[in-house]
Amino acid sequence: MNALLAILFYLATLLFVVGLFHRIRTYAVTPAPLKIPTTPAPTTTGGVVLRMTREVVLFESLFKANLWTWGLGWLFHTSMALVVLRHLRYFIEPVWGWVVFIQPFGIYAGIAMLLCLCGLWARRLFVERIRYISTPSDHLMLLLFIAIAVSGLMMKFVAHTDVIAVKIFFQGLMHFSIQPLPADTILVLHLFSVVVLLVIFPFSKLLHAPGVFFSPTRNQADNPREKRHISAWAAKMESEK
Amino acid sequence: MADITPPAYRSIPIIPKLIPGAMEGKGPFVATDKINEALGFPGHLVDDWHDKAIAKMGDLLTRFRSLKVYMDACVHCGACSDKCHYFIGTQDPKNMPVARQDLLRSVYRRYFTLPGKLFPKLVGARDLTREVLDEWHNYFHQCSECRRCSVFCPYGIDTAEVTMAAREILQSIGYGQKYSLEILGKVHKIGNNLGLPAPALKDTLEGLEEDVKEDTGIDVLFPMDVKGAEVLLITPSADFFAEPHIDSLIGYAKVFHATGTSWTLSSMSSEAGNFGMFIGNYDQLRQAALRIRQAALELGVKRIVVGECGHAWRVAYSFWNTLTGVGDGADANDRFAQMLQKQLDHRYKQPAHICEFTWDMIEDERIELDKSANDNLIVTFHDSCNVARGSRMGDYPGGQFDIPRNIIRAVANNYVDMDPSTTHERTFCCGGGGGVLTDDLINVRVKGALPRMEVLQQVTDMQKVNFMACICAICKTQFTKVMPIYGFDRRMVGGVHQLVSNAIVLGKNK
Repeated sequence: MNALLAILFYLATLLFVVGLFHRIRTYAVTPAPLKIPTTPAPTTTGGVVLRMTREVVLFESLFKANLWTWGLGWLFHTSMALVVLRHLRYFIEPVWGWVVFIQPFGIYAGIAMLLCLCGLWARRLFVERIRYISTPSDHLMLLLFIAIAVSGLMMKFVAHTDVIAVKIFFQGLMHFSIQPLPADTILVLHLFSVVVLLVIFPFSKLLHAPGVFFSPTRNQADNPREKRHISAWAAKMESEK
Repeated sequence: MADITPPAYRSIPIIPKLIPGAMEGKGPFVATDKINEALGFPGHLVDDWHDKAIAKMGDLLTRFRSLKVYMDACVHCGACSDKCHYFIGTQDPKNMPVARQDLLRSVYRRYFTLPGKLFPKLVGARDLTREVLDEWHNYFHQCSECRRCSVFCPYGIDTAEVTMAAREILQSIGYGQKYSLEILGKVHKIGNNLGLPAPALKDTLEGLEEDVKEDTGIDVLFPMDVKGAEVLLITPSADFFAEPHIDSLIGYAKVFHATGTSWTLSSMSSEAGNFGMFIGNYDQLRQAALRIRQAALELGVKRIVVGECGHAWRVAYSFWNTLTGVGDGADANDRFAQMLQKQLDHRYKQPAHICEFTWDMIEDERIELDKSANDNLIVTFHDSCNVARGSRMGDYPGGQFDIPRNIIRAVANNYVDMDPSTTHERTFCCGGGGGVLTDDLINVRVKGALPRMEVLQQVTDMQKVNFMACICAICKTQFTKVMPIYGFDRRMVGGVHQLVSNAIVLGKNK
């Protein structure tokens, strides 16, 4: 089981990094031939950075759209960020002070994350419009996150696992040596779910994470009259004539 | 037409229940062989449409980042699902922006993503079949590219970009829309959407001069093809003869007259509208826009001013610099753009909206106004969608909301705003934009007007509003057609410059 999980983690991480890098590269090299910011839009690059920051940190547009979706979605994402940061303790030695500091908050975040996931799923199941637009993968994706959250919380509140051994396992992975892992079903389920998440990330709607940064309606400055904007393929049309 | 009944107002603005299949159908008329071939599209649906369509999608995905990112990024969160006026008016779930996008996205997933190739059912991917193609033709012509959904999407996904891509795929295989493509043909051949040839235009303008003379006793000119004029006015061709559009054209002319501005229209380039945007074809968009460049160069004008038209202003403001060089800030070695930019007077914004021009003149006290001339009116303002969400006026973001309102307040004493959830960037489309303004889509148009009609009813009931000003030729045409169906007087609609025209005091040039 150790070796299998180790190999899976290596492969998943490789897929995640290469896949995501490839996708981001595609976004970056695909031209945006026309100025299409959703206006009113900032007129300067500094303004665009601010707009994007508000979008990514506060989910500004979603806030305008629907308070329930915003509340659940925002809390889910921030909680998850905290939970991920909390897990840094498995990968660094000695553990940084602020990572030690956030440990207890990470627990609450784990609970909040689970509750938000349930709320988001309830929306998907019970709101007619959202049910209509949901694909099986939308439901399964939420289930996957719920599995990760539940198994993680269970190891805290129900059946403790040997976290020191887990840390040795991951430290080992980072130095290409396979160390023993506690033979707990919940732990294996937790880690396996994370492997699945890493694998599907570059091929699924989880691409919304890098995608938002490349969205022309959000990342373009509103200055078309002041600065001529032209893509390489469009400029060719001018030289042909 | 008289048997069309509008959908009922919602007493409280609840999100409507879904009625699957409510707007199923054949969609708008398909372009004929002749119309298609004039634009270089296949005359009718090609035999190998499946492969051609997928190849076209692949091509667009490499040329338009918007499409590429928007195909991937949607998480089906539903933020947009209740924001579209066509969804609200029709209750057809496929008119929810996300569902409309998914009509295309499902095919994208099947042919361009690994999960879609391996597990199509799981991720909602589907083969491109004839049924899917027909569905595209139907539902991508129930979108007016108004961008309201893009305001609310956490990733800024703009359904307009998806609709444009879908239409571009359709026409590339010979399955384009008759209305838009026929109009583009007229622009290329004659110079305007209405197919109004130069002599007819000349007659119309002379007639207008006589009318205004009769009305005011003053010789207000409507010049055409005047070389060396300072301002070239590019305005939607509906302004030349349609009601109430023409009253705004008279307004522009009076402003030019009162301020002593030398201006001209162009017979070769007598159209601000650009349906190339509606059909999502960059080449058509560019070709139509190049007529303005050509006219500007030939007439040697210093300024280019654009009349009241929503999507035309989006194209002019956001795209003209890219497409034609009308603007500022081209590289020194960009000969194509520099050729024109050297000619233009950069003390002014290029291009400028007629509202920017008029507001500057009002601020500089270059025109005299008698507000009481509009005292019989209680005015509200409908933000035209493409002006609101696809362009700007003035020097700061949001100027497109303030400047037209400033003008109205300067020329009329009674002004009220409609419900703020339907104005500014949250404005609703009139229901006729984006290539939908055709009689074969009248059902879509009437239903799509519902959200605007609801809030207009509120202000007519509560504040006795009797005039809705707007700055778009399509809004004007659409509203005069559908408002009587909702029980309003069609004369309630008009342009901002119609109000200016009423109030402006001529004969006292400053």
